[in-house]
Amino acid sequence: MSFRDDHELHKRRLGRNVGLALVLAGFIAIVFGLTVVKVTRGDYEPENAKVSN
Amino acid sequence: MSDASVNSQADFNEASFGDYFALLKPRVMSLVVFTALVGLLAAPVDVHPFVAFASILFIAVGGGASGALNMWWDSDIDAVMKRTQSRPIPAGKVTRDEAFAIGITLSAFACIMLALAANVVAGALLAFTIFFYVVIYTMWLKRWTPQNIVIGGAAGAFPPMIGWAVATGGVSIESVLMFTLTFMWTPPHFWALCLFMKSDYKDAGVPMLHVTHGRRVTRNHILVYTILLAIVAIGMGFTGVGGPIYLTTALILNGLFLAGAISIWRRDEEVAEADKYKREKSFFGLSLLYLFLHFGAILAEATLAPYGLGGW
Repeated sequence: MSFRDDHELHKRRLGRNVGLALVLAGFIAIVFGLTVVKVTRGDYEPENAKVSN
Repeated sequence: MSDASVNSQADFNEASFGDYFALLKPRVMSLVVFTALVGLLAAPVDVHPFVAFASILFIAVGGGASGALNMWWDSDIDAVMKRTQSRPIPAGKVTRDEAFAIGITLSAFACIMLALAANVVAGALLAFTIFFYVVIYTMWLKRWTPQNIVIGGAAGAFPPMIGWAVATGGVSIESVLMFTLTFMWTPPHFWALCLFMKSDYKDAGVPMLHVTHGRRVTRNHILVYTILLAIVAIGMGFTGVGGPIYLTTALILNGLFLAGAISIWRRDEEVAEADKYKREKSFFGLSLLYLFLHFGAILAEATLAPYGLGGW
């Protein structure tokens, strides 16, 4: 078994894949965060669900 | 050709993540982010911090997407001009088709996500901005008229309006004033760059003002537009987005900017060549600071207003 240094090409491809993974993970976090904010402040509550005092 | 030589060519040209990111014109994106953020924070409506963060991010992505579409369309002239030769397409890192696919996909993604995160007006304004920059400026005006950046400059002036729309859901006189400031700032900023970029635009066949009408006319135009800009910028100090901080900033910066424009106007090419366009370069540098500090002052007025320190 040999431990050779990664070729520069493989490093570049790894960088691309990691970059894309981080972008996708960030997107999921943003959609999740927006959902939490909008649901907790009642953006999607139906009109008849609001209780009037 | 051996396998080894084929592979080494492929290795050399294969894009890194940074090459795809460079398609989004990060430096232009930073201006978009800053002015949009000021528009958002200057608005008289509070926005949830996470919604504000996501909205600014989508505006940045939309701005970046329009940059990718600009590089797709202009790859032929980018390859000729020294300033743009190292961009991903002329450098052979990214293909035109890839740039087009990334630009179109991110444009649609950014507009839809902004409409969902903030409101439809903000999403529609972002879509119009991308359309204006790509179709009106890049495809139509840029290669057709020396007034290209005067009209096309509107594309770069929209972000504070989009930021304002994120908060308020509409357009108002204050957001139009912020648009006007950037719109009037763009021509002298760009023409100063043209004066010391030598023959780049001429080589590429782009009809910039200094190519079609000469450098003397360009120097005259810089002075006229700087005077008009000063009237707009100082006048804004007496409106809803202004205040003592803004007015003081505007008076100082416009004084310096006018002095720079007069200095450029009084010079001819012989003098400029002799000191390697020192005045033109410093005017260009000042123009960057000019816009940053004007919007910084608008932000300071809005931030301090709740404490009775900002605004009139």
